[in-house]
Amino acid sequence: MTICVVNSGVANVRSVVNMVKRHKVLAKIVDAPEELDEASAVILPGVGSYDAAMKRLRSGNLYAALTQAAMERRIPVLGLCLGMQLMAEGSEEGEQPGFGWVPGRFLRLTANAQQKLRVPHMGWNVVGNTDGLELYKGMGEECRFYFDHSYYYPLDAGAEVYGVSHHGLDFAAGFRFENLFGFQFHPEKSHRFGFQLFGNFLAHVEQAI
Amino acid sequence: MVKTRGFSKKTYLGDPVNVINLFNRFEVDEIVLLDIGATAKGDGPDLELVESVADECWVPLTYGGGIRSVYDVENLVKTGVEKVVFGSAISSDLTLLTEASKSFGVQCIVGSLDVKRTFFGKRAVVTNNAGFKIKGQVTDRARALEDAGAGEILLQDVSRDGEMKGYDLDLVQMVTEAVSVPVVACGGAGKRADLAGPILDAGASASAAGSLFVFSGEERGVLINFPERKFLEDLLAPAQKSAHRSTPGPTTEPAPMPGLRPPLGNSE
Repeated sequence: MTICVVNSGVANVRSVVNMVKRHKVLAKIVDAPEELDEASAVILPGVGSYDAAMKRLRSGNLYAALTQAAMERRIPVLGLCLGMQLMAEGSEEGEQPGFGWVPGRFLRLTANAQQKLRVPHMGWNVVGNTDGLELYKGMGEECRFYFDHSYYYPLDAGAEVYGVSHHGLDFAAGFRFENLFGFQFHPEKSHRFGFQLFGNFLAHVEQAI
Repeated sequence: MVKTRGFSKKTYLGDPVNVINLFNRFEVDEIVLLDIGATAKGDGPDLELVESVADECWVPLTYGGGIRSVYDVENLVKTGVEKVVFGSAISSDLTLLTEASKSFGVQCIVGSLDVKRTFFGKRAVVTNNAGFKIKGQVTDRARALEDAGAGEILLQDVSRDGEMKGYDLDLVQMVTEAVSVPVVACGGAGKRADLAGPILDAGASASAAGSLFVFSGEERGVLINFPERKFLEDLLAPAQKSAHRSTPGPTTEPAPMPGLRPPLGNSE
């Protein structure tokens, strides 16, 4: 089983690779399209601006190879934070269209002084509505993850909502669209909850092979 | 790794990697690593050190110290740093912060707001290890940082640094009211109960502390410590975010991560 971690321009690839390695699974950082040929699954982390990331992915020829992996070969894909956002049609953050593998667009969170709501949504938060969801297995009664974002996926934007969190409003902490998973939080920085989530994803990949 | 007092007197704590490893086992919410000697040396961030620290760190790691270019920020993020703090680099010009914010997003950029009481008791904004004063009000600087693209402000009270006599909640409130981005209050925590003040009473999004978590007792013996989760939950109860709660499932906790058995004992 080979997990390919894509460098979407600038991303926290090392932490992701470390998390996968901790589960004793091989993880490779990939920059070139042909490196994806042997992937059992792809992880797409991301930090940075929407447009900058999409432009980089398009110019580096990874765009076609990733779309082929996600939509034709249909291997599991895990998008993290900006990576999740790139999988959708687009975001209010930028003008570039996303990959469009998942329906819907990301909208901007609004700050609210009265309710002490600040943007970015930064910090640990509880994720609910996780019963029966495969990737949240074994998390106990309440799972917490680290969030750090200014844009969100609305609950009715089209994909299956995979965990709900709250920051002024309820939003999708994650989504699922067949073989594609996306999470708004940073499991690679969410201690044992993140570790558990990666373990569940890897178990999912093993079944899918 | 050191702990300062008033941003000057230093007490040696130990190897940074070991200290971070301990805090990681204590499941702190976030770690801020500031290389206070980096700017003076002029070589930029010590990426090797950051890498070894980041590898031990399973919670968000924020790094500050010696940022010279957007390239430095890129390298730090690739190494596993979640957010980068800008301090001395923007003492006279905020351009670098704005550039970095455009490339990496505001959620990756932290502006350091260091405040010191002058001889006459007024509050002044300082930089470069408090060696350099910036003209203008604290609130003006806070707004300038937000406008330039900082997604978070790290408010450091230089005068209370290491004193362990409590946070200056008036200062914290002044800053939180001036901006709409999260503000982290740092400087002054003397006992664990102090951690609540900035969050519950002064609008801060988080309380940060150094001395409180590395010293113990009157003699300030070095002892890395951190409150248990339950203590913090009770302390901050009125501010708990409301969120959807799933119906209680089987009471299994996530398995402890390999190599991260909880530390023995955790005294108050």
